[in-house]
Amino acid sequence: MNSIEIKKLSLNFGEVVVLKDLNLTIEKGEFLVLLGASGCGKSTLLNCVAGLLDITDGQIFINGKNVTWDEPAQRGIGMVFQSYALYPQMTVKGNLSFGLKNAGLPKEEIEKRVKHASEILQIESLLDRKPAALSGGQRQRVAIGRALVRDVEVFLFDEPLSNLDAKLRTELRVEIKRLHQKLDNTMIYVTHDQIEAMTLADRIAIMRDGLIQQLDTPKKIYSNPVNKYVAGFIGSPSMNFLKGTILQNNKPIFKLEGGWCESPDLSNYIFQESIKAETQVWLGIRPESVVVGGEAENMPVNFSLEVEVFEPMGADTLVWSQIGGQEFRFMIDGNTSVNVGDRVTVGFDPAHASIFDFDNEERL
Amino acid sequence: MLNYLEKHLPKIVLAPTTIVMIVCMYGFIAWTGLLSLTKSRMMPQWEFVGLDQYVRLFANPRWDVAVDNLFIFLILFIIIALVLGLLLAIFLDQKIRVEGAIRTIYLYPMAISFIVTGTAWKWILNPGLGIEKLFRDLGFAGFEFRWLVDSDMAIYTIVIAAVWQSSGFVMALFLAGLRGVDDNLTKAAKIDGASTVRLYWHIILPLMRPVFFSAIVILTHIAIKSFDLVQALTGGGPGYSSDLPANFMYTFSFNRAQIGMGAASAMIMLFGVLAVLIPYLYSELREKK
Ligand SMILES: Nc1ncnc2c1ncn2[C@@H]1O[C@H](COP(=O)(O)OP(=O)(O)OP(=O)(O)O)[C@@H](O)[C@H]1O
Ligand SMILES: [Mg+2]
Repeated sequence: MNSIEIKKLSLNFGEVVVLKDLNLTIEKGEFLVLLGASGCGKSTLLNCVAGLLDITDGQIFINGKNVTWDEPAQRGIGMVFQSYALYPQMTVKGNLSFGLKNAGLPKEEIEKRVKHASEILQIESLLDRKPAALSGGQRQRVAIGRALVRDVEVFLFDEPLSNLDAKLRTELRVEIKRLHQKLDNTMIYVTHDQIEAMTLADRIAIMRDGLIQQLDTPKKIYSNPVNKYVAGFIGSPSMNFLKGTILQNNKPIFKLEGGWCESPDLSNYIFQESIKAETQVWLGIRPESVVVGGEAENMPVNFSLEVEVFEPMGADTLVWSQIGGQEFRFMIDGNTSVNVGDRVTVGFDPAHASIFDFDNEERL
Repeated sequence: MLNYLEKHLPKIVLAPTTIVMIVCMYGFIAWTGLLSLTKSRMMPQWEFVGLDQYVRLFANPRWDVAVDNLFIFLILFIIIALVLGLLLAIFLDQKIRVEGAIRTIYLYPMAISFIVTGTAWKWILNPGLGIEKLFRDLGFAGFEFRWLVDSDMAIYTIVIAAVWQSSGFVMALFLAGLRGVDDNLTKAAKIDGASTVRLYWHIILPLMRPVFFSAIVILTHIAIKSFDLVQALTGGGPGYSSDLPANFMYTFSFNRAQIGMGAASAMIMLFGVLAVLIPYLYSELREKK
């Protein structure tokens, strides 16, 4: 059964069109991450689902019920904000129970739920404190608790971890994952952080200018991005894009613009459909899919380069160089020593590459 | 020489203001304090009589009326101005369209001096010219509204005029406070199913505590100073029924040749103001540290 169904959702702020004809279906118990550049409409979409913004057009269903015009409290959702948004004058307990009191629940029931939620989130010892007396991580736990006590089907998170330091973020990330496994409810999670997206999501939706570019499992988005934008957005360091032309000579061959005389064989690449000869393309290959040295010589595509800059990152070293005037980055093992000016042979398997049309930047 | 000038120029420039300040403010406060201990009547004279003037002051029924009036005025004025200002601010905070214009209209009375406010309201409340006549002309022949000439009600006309003048300002204070509230708090409360009343009562108003505090201090200070409003609106009348302590002080010092008693009443007012101001300054300065 579908937990959330968004049909042809449009939202304008006056003249500004933020979301246009957006469709999205989320299954029960699914963890969906919304990922996209700043200002692409992620928070707006979340607010529409929560009922905090009046939508311009379209429909929203939660658990099969049309909630398009329902009040936020009646939609069966809980929301966690980046700025925590805890009620500053109330204690932690007051924060957790406010929604339940509004709903007119009996006292014992409120006590029971607050106790249960604070046990799960390990904030029992903080119940009598005011938010000002809590650390960032504790505040965010209380904010999650506020959604938890309401016993809702759907959790909405708007960048819940981005105000925290790196270590705490990792800890809470795992906790959110655990929480999801335990509660098994539907979650929509907005983030800027790719690692969060990759680790938490069942599916990721990549947004751009109010449109969903690709909606798929993290693995699929990483390995088969549908267009050049998605390819460049996911992965760090980001994908190399080499400009060139495909020549058909009973097998597809890539001719790099500006040099490189061997003609690498792309027969391992699975094209979506057969392509015309002399198509201008972007050949995309992730730095971590590039191999070096002896291994490279056995690859269908290989060439040699000069090291220009290298950045040791611990386990790996990122090397920056050029081929035919175009930038090319690749990873080598962190223990291998390199020097600026060294010549290195690199290679890759076209099966791991992504090829995009030069003009519309769609995957070929 | 030039060096000397350069070094001491700020002090030389500031010295006259400092001297004027010390003489005119603290000097005269001290002088008034001394006068209140003398027998002075028409002219200052330096025959000390201890606290006699204070005893006479508190025995004077006219002073009683003035003090009672001050309390009525202070309490009603502050409460009504606060409530009205807060309601206006909440109303304006609902993202309404012509907010800028409405805000200016509400704030405008603050730009008018109390003398003008007093005179305008004197006409509005005058039975022969203002509201009463208007309603009678509209056909309500029995309509009566003559607080201005009723010695039991005159003080309330001063409350009306002062509230009219100051509630726009209180609104501006609260509006600034409301604008500072994190938008997400409102969103979170909506998701928690809070009605508008509960949202304001449990979440937003508690956050306005510092604003309430500043507003009360400023309003108290306006209320204690509102000599000119009384003078223009009722002139303290009918009789002396709407006198405030400041009007009492003025009348006794300059119209009735009782400088000693006038000075004593001035000192009592000073202590009243200090009693409000010192705790305020204390808490303000302590917070800064
Ligand atoms: N109240 C508003 N009035 C007009 N435009 C708005 C309003 N709120 C948001 N926008 C615009 O809508 C677009 C989407 O905003 P939104 O907050 O959804 O972005 P976002 O994807 O959440 O960005 P971020 O990652 O920075 O939080 C932005 O271009 C923003 O300028
Ligand atoms: Mg956002």
